[in-house]
Amino acid sequence: MKLPAFEYACPTSISEAVALLASHGGEAKPLAGGQSLVPMMAFRVASPSLLVDLRKLAELRQIRITQDGVTLGAMVRWCDILEDARLKTAHPLLVAAVEHVAHYQIRNRGTVGGSIAHADPAAEMPGIVVTCDAQIAVMGKAGARTIAAGDFFHGPLMTALKADEIITEIRFPFWPAKRRFGFQEFARRRGDFAMAAAAVFYDDDGGKARNAHVGVIGVADRPLRLASVEAVINGQKINDAVIAEAEAAASAAVNPADDIHASGAYRRALVGVMVERALKDAAV
Amino acid sequence: MKNTFIGASIERREDLRFLRGRGTYVDDLQVPGLLYAVILRSSVAHGRLRSVDASAVLKIEGVHAVITAKDMTSKDYPSGVPIVPMRLQPLPEFQPYEQPVIAYQKVRYVGEPLAVVLASSVALGEDALEHIAVEIEELPAVSTWQAASDNKGVLFDTTGTNRSLTFEARKGDADTAFKDAPYTRREQMRTGRHYGLTMEPRGVMAEWDAANNKLTVSGAAKVPFFNRRILAKQIGLPESDIEMIENDVGGGYGARGEFYPEDFLIPFAAKHVNRPVKWIEDRRENLMAMNHARETEADLEIACHRDGTIIALRGEIHTDMGAYMRTNGAVGARNAPQFLTGPYRVPHHKVDSHLWMTNKTPVGTYRGPGRFEGSFYMERLLDMVAADLGIDRIELRRRNLIGKAEHPYKLATAQPTNAHDQTDSGDYEATLDRCLKEFNYTDVSKLGGKLIEGKYHGIGVACFIEGGAAGPKESARLEINDDGTITVFMGTASVGQGVETIYAQIAADALEVPIERIRHVYHGSTGIVSDGYGAYHSRSVVMGGSAVLDATQKFMGLLREAAAKRLDCAASSVTLDVDKVIGGSASLPLKEFAGLTAEGAFLNHKHTYSYGTHAAHITVDARLGHIEILDYVVVQDVGRAINPLTVRGQVIGSLVQGLGGAVLEDLKYDGQGQFLTGSLADYLLPTASDFPNLRCFVTDDHPSPINPLGAKGAGEGGIVAAGGCLANAVANALQTFRVEPRALPLSPTYIWQLVQDARNPDPSS
Amino acid sequence: MPVRFQVNGKPVEVEVEPRLTLADCLRHHLRLTGTHVGCEHGVCGACTVLVDGAAVRSCLMLAVQAEGAKVVTVEGLSLDEGLTPLQASFRKHHALQCGFCTPGMITTAHALLSAEPDCDADRVREVLSGNLCRCTGYISIVEAVLDARSAYKKAGS
Repeated sequence: MKLPAFEYACPTSISEAVALLASHGGEAKPLAGGQSLVPMMAFRVASPSLLVDLRKLAELRQIRITQDGVTLGAMVRWCDILEDARLKTAHPLLVAAVEHVAHYQIRNRGTVGGSIAHADPAAEMPGIVVTCDAQIAVMGKAGARTIAAGDFFHGPLMTALKADEIITEIRFPFWPAKRRFGFQEFARRRGDFAMAAAAVFYDDDGGKARNAHVGVIGVADRPLRLASVEAVINGQKINDAVIAEAEAAASAAVNPADDIHASGAYRRALVGVMVERALKDAAV
Repeated sequence: MKNTFIGASIERREDLRFLRGRGTYVDDLQVPGLLYAVILRSSVAHGRLRSVDASAVLKIEGVHAVITAKDMTSKDYPSGVPIVPMRLQPLPEFQPYEQPVIAYQKVRYVGEPLAVVLASSVALGEDALEHIAVEIEELPAVSTWQAASDNKGVLFDTTGTNRSLTFEARKGDADTAFKDAPYTRREQMRTGRHYGLTMEPRGVMAEWDAANNKLTVSGAAKVPFFNRRILAKQIGLPESDIEMIENDVGGGYGARGEFYPEDFLIPFAAKHVNRPVKWIEDRRENLMAMNHARETEADLEIACHRDGTIIALRGEIHTDMGAYMRTNGAVGARNAPQFLTGPYRVPHHKVDSHLWMTNKTPVGTYRGPGRFEGSFYMERLLDMVAADLGIDRIELRRRNLIGKAEHPYKLATAQPTNAHDQTDSGDYEATLDRCLKEFNYTDVSKLGGKLIEGKYHGIGVACFIEGGAAGPKESARLEINDDGTITVFMGTASVGQGVETIYAQIAADALEVPIERIRHVYHGSTGIVSDGYGAYHSRSVVMGGSAVLDATQKFMGLLREAAAKRLDCAASSVTLDVDKVIGGSASLPLKEFAGLTAEGAFLNHKHTYSYGTHAAHITVDARLGHIEILDYVVVQDVGRAINPLTVRGQVIGSLVQGLGGAVLEDLKYDGQGQFLTGSLADYLLPTASDFPNLRCFVTDDHPSPINPLGAKGAGEGGIVAAGGCLANAVANALQTFRVEPRALPLSPTYIWQLVQDARNPDPSS
Repeated sequence: MPVRFQVNGKPVEVEVEPRLTLADCLRHHLRLTGTHVGCEHGVCGACTVLVDGAAVRSCLMLAVQAEGAKVVTVEGLSLDEGLTPLQASFRKHHALQCGFCTPGMITTAHALLSAEPDCDADRVREVLSGNLCRCTGYISIVEAVLDARSAYKKAGS
């Protein structure tokens, strides 16, 4: 499983990186942590002609926390998130999800930008950016633009990124301290991709939920926000009856296919359970 | 000085190199002029092979040569492409189903070798693969045993059937016994395909020295002497021209070390191009090219008295054999029907086992072959019987366990191989009692079926026996080194089980010298003893250890004679004291006898049976279909524990493999024979966080009477009962739903579906 | 292209194709065969080495990405004579059988214990869940790592 041959460049600026990507007719790929791209190349299902290594772009490694929210540079690694104590309060849902990502060694190399760009339908980070309405900042030969997370994922391993674009930042809206949230994932083994997972949050408005966000992964070709479930929750006191209704709405909202790890019927039921348990966590 | 190295938890000498990264596995070997072999494998499951055209590849820089079937159908090979013969149960009925070393005229499974590229690097070789033009006229794939039995698609035109053989396991007269039986129960169950994946994939390095007519093959394991015999015939060399070297081996479990196509292809390539050649299997290949195992389906019926004592067992087992009969492919399919009864007394037995060829990777043994499957079937039946008859599950087992006064107890006989077997010794009920005690069964069993904090608690128990010590023979040799230390040479092989330490313990005790005097223990390679039989069927301690004992006796005999001459005393008065040979009033350092060597052997035709009990306390989250093991206890009696530390390692290690096969591991194909579990992200192995709560207790209260050590093979007991024990625990947990697991693996979808089906029974079924 | 980095405290310079992984570079170019290759797709952990102190999968890293880095392999975590406390603990607990996963276990455990000498059993299992072992069943490995904690705790703390 040796890698196919490719050219390699290690630019020292974002503009240089973009120029390199633009120069190879769509056959060049950025290399971030390599934890998703290199295995694909080992199986020869990806064969880029040029790898543009982003490791020297120090400006992509920042974690910025302001009153506008949390901004993660695209090259921020999972271990950086877990080691940054500020994030436990600045964005606890992000931290809760990242605790499920992969394994120790992968967390030392894998990046948030790499995970988003790779767009595995069962990966946690795409689920979190969709749930939280994050903005994905990218830079390409046409300049900088921002893509809403909801518009970013087009299908399994497919995104809105053009061949010459790299993700520069992921911007999460401000997370109020009193916000209620829950994250539930079920995987066959610790660190595996999710069979299904749910991320939920809402704000408390005099005992009733408001601004509910419900996102799920592992049950479609991309992460989904479940508007029908949010509609069940919004304006309600979160009690057992509402939670049961939310669970049913979540299962009804998805149509997962059978695959080698689970049947569609199972995943459909599972996502309901994940939503239910995430809501129970949020209510505590 | 009476030594007691045997029975002591001696730290392993092998560890000194493994811990420091100084092991030598086959991929660590390098020689000048080495070429790397990369194998083109079929991506089609079934078809007529029209052509393999590598002409475009030969023009690529870095590619040295490409081997195809054409190279084996020249005048040098008048019989054509060599066939890999079976090693165990080599019945004439199996011959048409044996595998050619390279696909020839037909391809029969995804992964079958089509060509071998020899290149200056593995990467260049892999680059070259896509330039080989292969023409295959596709045929419909036979992807299940049912499709194989329908006979619409036939893999082997010469036989016209996909059923290579049926084994018959018989004892008494089951049909008559069933006629009058007061109670019977019939069930259809199945076990999923998985395999003995080794962390080190396979590898072969071959060096041909034309000037000296010497072929050296590294990467051997398990049965190097037997493999040399096959290779010699296939390649047209005398055995004495071939040396098989066993290096450090990264796991075996039955799967590594059998003769595979690559074991011919790589030496052939080296001889063909007159350059050393190394092939290292990558993981993608290993998943589709190393022997698969364990895919069976059973239709079994048990007959009992009203008090639960078993009268008879009958039925059929179907094994999905994959595309070819591998060297030991028949073992599991023969063991399952024969040893299904496990440690239980079953007077009448009639089970047929049908071997079905399908367009999948061929099947071989995996630790406890056929026994894991059989134990699952038997243990599930026993729990169902207990529930039907209103008898406590443990009491039911007590009534049926073979008693210690009943040994040797005759097991069913398997035909057509005329395989007789019997137990040797042991108190099976004692290990049951010990297990229940350590497990705190009296208290814990009360939780069975209870829903606590959203999870159902379940308790399962299963008893097992493990057959070991396959004969007919094993060899060992002792030799005095220049410095007066001693080297032991073994005909058995290492698969990581710690043989270097074990044999040093046995030799040191027998010679009554400190263990450091046994400086080296070498194993596996063909140059070191006159003949050897290898490591399988948990035979290394019994066969190898007993051979060591015989070798030490012969060694002392020769030493006494030699010393008597030099010390001018009676041979019978000579003693060995650490590093001195003493006779009469004089002595000589042992190094004065450097070069003195003696070979010993142990001949045996009986099997040992270590035995024990598993007990599991689990929770099942019925909404996730997820099992968590809260406590799992194995008690195993091994006859005589040579090294308790390493025996416990075998029990826990084999147990985790069993749990992997019971819950996680599943090799999958689609209807076109396409292999779906092509990476370790799809084929799920147990990790450190999956099964943390395991305990084992090893006893040696009942030595085996069939060998001088009293030991019993004990490498496979942990795996045998894992599936049955866990499935019984799931049934116990979900008893409110009346759920009966009848299949392995116990995947989340499967458990969840069982609960759904129980909640919403289909009125039409 | 040329790559310069440090391995086990010594500077090295190799001439490699970009596609060569760090694992293959260590094993074949530098003949440090202690690091093992078990899957080449980032799952089994047998290839774990330390890069600038962090445990990484060397099969997923290109050798060219190691430019300027400090790489430590199992050989660099070993003594010329005898065993380190971590290795001795593995031996005492029989935390290895065939030895193939062992270098990855040693490097990963060393990284964990160096950063978290007070880690508990759950943390050890979590961290080691990225290293596959087929022989031992893991129980003895976790015991060995826990038993080695005392050697990593700073004196007086």
